[in-house]
Amino acid sequence: MIELPALGWQSIVIFVVFAVSLLIATYCTYAERVIAAFLQDRVGPDRAGPYGLAQPLADAVKMFTKEEFFPGGANKALFVFGPCLAMITALMSSAVIPFGNNISFGNNAFFLQGIEVNIGMLWVFGVVSLGVYGVMIGGWASNNKFSLLGAIRAASQNISYELAMGLSLIAVLMISGTLSLREITIQQSIPGEWAMWNIVRQPLGFIIFLVCAFAETNRTPFDLPECETELVGGYHTEYSSMKLGLYLFSEYVNIFVVSAVMSVLYFGGFNFPFQYELRDWLASSQGWELASAQNLITALGTVLLFGKIFAFIFFFMWIRWTLPRFRYDQLMRLGWTILIPLAVVNILITGGLITFGVIK
Amino acid sequence: MSPLFLFLSFVALLSALGVVFAKNPIHSVLFLILTFFSLSGHYLLLNAQFLAAVNIIVYAGAIMVLFLFVIMFLNLNVDTEPHKPALAKIAAAIAGGSLFVIMIVALRDIQLPAVNGTTFDSQIGMVDKLGMVLFTTYKLPFELASILLLVAMVGAVMLGKRETGERHF
Amino acid sequence: MQPLTNRAKKLEKKPMTLAERAYLPAIFQGLSITMRHFFMKKATVRYPEEVRPFSPIFRGLHVLKRDEQGRERCTACGLCAVACPAEAITMVAGERKKGEEGLYREEKYAISYEVNMLRCIFCGLCEEACPKAAVYLQADKMAPPRFERDEFIYGKDRLVEPVDPTKRSVRGIQLTPEQAAALSNKMAQQPA
Repeated sequence: MIELPALGWQSIVIFVVFAVSLLIATYCTYAERVIAAFLQDRVGPDRAGPYGLAQPLADAVKMFTKEEFFPGGANKALFVFGPCLAMITALMSSAVIPFGNNISFGNNAFFLQGIEVNIGMLWVFGVVSLGVYGVMIGGWASNNKFSLLGAIRAASQNISYELAMGLSLIAVLMISGTLSLREITIQQSIPGEWAMWNIVRQPLGFIIFLVCAFAETNRTPFDLPECETELVGGYHTEYSSMKLGLYLFSEYVNIFVVSAVMSVLYFGGFNFPFQYELRDWLASSQGWELASAQNLITALGTVLLFGKIFAFIFFFMWIRWTLPRFRYDQLMRLGWTILIPLAVVNILITGGLITFGVIK
Repeated sequence: MSPLFLFLSFVALLSALGVVFAKNPIHSVLFLILTFFSLSGHYLLLNAQFLAAVNIIVYAGAIMVLFLFVIMFLNLNVDTEPHKPALAKIAAAIAGGSLFVIMIVALRDIQLPAVNGTTFDSQIGMVDKLGMVLFTTYKLPFELASILLLVAMVGAVMLGKRETGERHF
Repeated sequence: MQPLTNRAKKLEKKPMTLAERAYLPAIFQGLSITMRHFFMKKATVRYPEEVRPFSPIFRGLHVLKRDEQGRERCTACGLCAVACPAEAITMVAGERKKGEEGLYREEKYAISYEVNMLRCIFCGLCEEACPKAAVYLQADKMAPPRFERDEFIYGKDRLVEPVDPTKRSVRGIQLTPEQAAALSNKMAQQPA
């Protein structure tokens, strides 16, 4: 066995997390088209490779080989910087998400998590709130009124929904008492109480978070920053080639990250029912070593976490092809006069339930 | 004086100068965001992770977005900038310079409290420690501030509410 | 106002109930509708592999028929060119030489016979006008896309059917017995 310092293993985990989020985002573009097609009684892209699985590659080749275009009067540096920033902020938040429990071999034990910080949730929240800069800078630098309108819409929408999102997160914090995503996950796996995922304790908070997640990732029905019917292409009207690709791609990375965060916060992360029973059964009756049984549980948990993430991604796409877009005043009204009061009420209810000892 | 500290200070000072000297207001705002980031880096070096995250969320993530938002609307550029008389420029230079002098005078004799390495609690900037302090020593100011913010939020919701008789288009 | 029919639906504008204002039931209804479509049979025809079946009375690419002995039927009378509303057909008539009796049925034949497929509207009037049953629109062939305009002008080399009867288009205009039966049934059902 190769001996690596602890950080060495961790760097491998970071690299894998990075690669996996990119890979999943790549195939999200394919999944989006296939799911859209299936929901509309079509079959979708099926020409490139078996079942069209090489379609993302073909798209990437197309994006890279297209002409790079700079609109007249555009601020060139910021025009390039915008999509880069969008991509960077999208990729940064997956660093703190715990993708699995600890794996041990020999004396090495490490968590399947990029970095463990005790402010994991704030990190995700902060990075998500920075995501709007990419859109704003790109939209402004394009020197185009449609782009600017898209950028302004994105900014006001993100600020409005961040409030409700933060307030719904506070209720989760009140239950868990920690900001660390790993801690929050482990708290949802009390042996014998596997039904105590946070969704059971925070149904209203989850719905608020879900709606805000749609708004923060600019997905239908909240895709006003890029709505074709009003703004041509919104903030990316003037973009072409891979710079446009980065914008589109960062949206899918964001979807992946926000799905992972929802799975971790509300759906038990890498935990699954009867995991401890399974481990103890393997260790006692089947003669497995406890460590290897734990490793198996961890692997299964990671697979199941990705299952949950994929389910959420599918849900995002399912919603996209079901609900029409909001009108802008409806969007603002929903954010400010419905979701924020609801989130405050949710905090009050959670506080009351904790005070009277109904939930821990 | 770790190299990281020097680097962050360098970036902070340079971007702060950029805020003042940038011709384009949008560049000014972006430099200000960079300043906030380097300040957050300083907080991290001081092991105050919570403060660093909140600084980014509140200042870089929300307030500066609003700044950028407003400046984008105003469409400020060199042509629309009003011409400032020389007197105003001289007055501004004198005022700024005297503020600088006052700051130097005020900070000249500052005594940094000596830190004992053995008794120093490195966890002092962590979330739970900060919460403890806020909810015991500074309970009243904390609650007052939270009520103020709550009132502001209720006010925002009330402003957004549709009044009776308002046309629903 | 007096309603013309009794099918008009009375719409009442009443305030929405709480369940309606929460929108969630409506959203779930919509989600269930899209999910039903997810599992439905797909309408797509994967073209190069699957071909959509032609209608039995489809009018496609022209063919100049030969008779039972392999002689060209066309006598270059020009009736098809006259009948053509798009003026797509041109021809040059010529006299049959001695020794060419095996090639042309009549004494007069078409030296050149050209159909401009860019003009043709595939109405089938040439087919009806032909007194010698020489020109037909095939039910199973179409004029394929080309890159050059002159490639759309079909001469005799591409219009006359092969001498070998086994190489000829099976369907031509002749319907298969089933199609003929189906067609006559259909005609019987709708009286002229």
